[in-house]
Order: sequence, then C-alpha cells, then structure tokens
Amino acid sequence: MAREISLKTIDDRFRRKIGEISGQNFQQCFQCGTCSGSCPMTEHLDLMPRQVMALIQFGQADALDAAKTPFVCASCHTCMVRCPRGLDIAKIMESVRLVKLRRNVNEIEPSNLQPEDITEMPQLAMVSGFRKLTS
Amino acid sequence: MKIAYYPGCTLKTKGKSLETSALACMTALGIEFEELVRWNCCGAVYSLADDDLIHVVAPVRDLVRVQQAGHDKVITLCSMCYNTLARANELMRTDEEKRKTINDFMDEEPDYTGGVEVLHFLDFLRDEVGWDRVKEKVTRPLAGLKVAPYYGCTLLRPKEIAIDRVDKPEVMHDFLQALGAEAVDFPGAIQCCGAYQVLGNPEAALKVSHDILSDATAHGAEALALTCPLCDYNMSKRQDKMLQQYEGAKEVPIYYFTQLMAIAMGIPIEECHFELNRESSVQLLKAKNLVAG
Repeated sequence: MAREISLKTIDDRFRRKIGEISGQNFQQCFQCGTCSGSCPMTEHLDLMPRQVMALIQFGQADALDAAKTPFVCASCHTCMVRCPRGLDIAKIMESVRLVKLRRNVNEIEPSNLQPEDITEMPQLAMVSGFRKLTS
Repeated sequence: MKIAYYPGCTLKTKGKSLETSALACMTALGIEFEELVRWNCCGAVYSLADDDLIHVVAPVRDLVRVQQAGHDKVITLCSMCYNTLARANELMRTDEEKRKTINDFMDEEPDYTGGVEVLHFLDFLRDEVGWDRVKEKVTRPLAGLKVAPYYGCTLLRPKEIAIDRVDKPEVMHDFLQALGAEAVDFPGAIQCCGAYQVLGNPEAALKVSHDILSDATAHGAEALALTCPLCDYNMSKRQDKMLQQYEGAKEVPIYYFTQLMAIAMGIPIEECHFELNRESSVQLLKAKNLVAG
C-alpha cells in the first residue's frame, strides 16, 4: 500500500524514542532483508522485519502501532547474529513493543487465559510471556 | 572445590526431571555442588530495553548470592536462566555507567562487578570435566539411539554469551557421542521453538516447533535432546496438538540431555522422572534395551 512520506507524516519523537529504548542506530539498516530471510516466524508476520526497520527509519508510528510483527517476535536473536550491519533487531522489536505497552496496553490479558491452557504450562513460559506481552 | 548451582523456578516443579537427573549425574561424576541458599527468579528473559535496568536487578542479585556463598562460578541447567544470568553478568562487566546505577540501587547488597563466571552444565562438562571423563562413567552406552541435539536460542545467542559457535554448535553433538548415542545434526537445531509466543500466538509457536521436529526426523533422528523447559513444553507437551493438526506429523520422543546422561551412567530411572515426558520417550529406551522393559 502506498504510504505518504513527508515532513507531515514523519514522527520524529517516535523515532527518537525507538533509538533511546533500543540503543540502536536503526538508520544503519540498508534493507538487505537478511533479517526477514532468517526469521522463523515469517509466515505469521504482517510486516517483514526489514519493513519494520524501514517504517522506523521514516518515523511511521501509526503503521507500527497497528503492526502485529513486533508482538509475534519471540526474541530468538537469529536476525541479530546475522545482521551485516551489526544491528540488534531483537532490541529494536522490543522498543516498538514497549512504546505500545508503556501506554498501559496489554497484548494478552492474563485473566483471559484458560485454565486448561495454563495448568501444564511451566513458570518460565508465563514469566517470559507476561514480561514481553503485558504492560 | 564446590561449585554453586542455580536451579531456577521451573526446575523445582514442571521441569524437575531436568534437575533430578542432572544432580544425580553431577554426583556420579564426583562434582561437588551447592545449591544457592537464597536464589530468586532470574526473570526468564533478559531485558532488551536500554532504559530498563530494574529487570537486571533480579539476576544480578543471584550473582551476588554466588559471591556471598564464596564461589566464583555458577552452574545453570535451564538455558533461559543461563542466558539471563550470563547477559546480566556481561552488562555488569562491560557497562561502567549501568553497573554503577545498579549497584547504587541495590545499596543493601555488596557491589558487584561481574566477578562470577556463569556456566551452563554443557560447557562445564566440555571445558572442566571433559568428554573422556564422561565416557569413563558411561556404563550403558546409548548404542543405536539416534538423537538430534537441539540447542534453541538462549545457549547460543547473542554471541557474547554463546557456549559454542552460534552458527554451527558442536557441544551437544559431542555430548551425545560421549554417551554412545548417534548424534543427528540438523539445521533446525538452532531455530526458535516459539518460546513465550505459546501465550501470545500459540498457533505460530506450534507451527515453528512442528517444523523443528519434522526437520529432525527428516534427517533420521528418532528422538530429540534439549536443555530448556520452555522448549520442552512447546515440543513435548504440545506435541499431541501437532499430531492432530499437521498431516504427516510423527511422534518424536523428547528428552532433557541430562536424562539421557543419567540412563547412560546407569543411574536409577526414578531420578529421570520420565512420568513428565511423553510416553514414547520411555518406550524408545525400552525398545533399545536401555531401560528394563
């Protein structure tokens, strides 16, 4: 879908926030797509990691706010070890998640989890899931 | 000299088979260990946000406990605990500013500067025990058992804390060979099982776990060995769902690496708590005459 990139649509505050939280210089990304080719979750993503990087570079906060991809990321760090620019893309994905979660928005609601789904679940699944997907 | 042992939450309950089998093996190998007296949850995942230091406090507190108990090394069994403790340790070693902030915040504790070495049982076996010593202790070689070594993410990434080469690890291959098993390497060995996405996107986690198991069997493996209770949940406990959902999905017995070690060392089977495994796990060992049928 065509997207207008202009001074009107570039959210510089969002860009700065992503830089601060992730500690990464996302402008270094040159769109090679190695991350997209490495991600085990690609078939479940709405945006490829490369596209997330481009949208951050252009400060497209709205598109990223609506994106599923950062919340499908399992922080496996495969993209990070393969990125030719040395970017920690897992940290960048975390920063996109946190911009949303820090508005007190939950991606999953712990109280909605069904007993039959969590009875057998080990603690570390829940601790890590709540850490990553709730505010 | 005794070494400190950090169990982590899951190893006392759902993942106790990993703990009991590992501790029995350590005893058999003559490794003196001491469980930390006051350990706390490591937080399961390392904080990836630069402005979030509060989540580093828990793992650092565990490392302080290691030092307080008079140790300079700590062994972990769960690979997520390994990752979280090792990354927190790396931060305390390399980032002076954050180290100061954390130490100032934890003013009731002695300052910590990264003096502890965080080890996983696998690299401890490789580097400090040695495969020869492991082989000496094997009384019932796992002959004819074709096992795929599965590393997942947290033992290998990021590379600063990796226990082996990030792209081509060998430690678990060598471990399985030392036990007399046939290690079946496969590309999926370093792929993610979906991890905590079992909560957020359970279908996606199921699919990636299924892909790993299909890859392992396509390479000739009869079973899979792993190190992490979350990988175990995704691939073992949720395997029934895969068998229902995916055409051609095969039953794959899953073991903690330490359970195989315990069997190979002739440790009583009760220490393995196989009741927490898939039934096929014990059946396969019986079929290979490795446990009494």
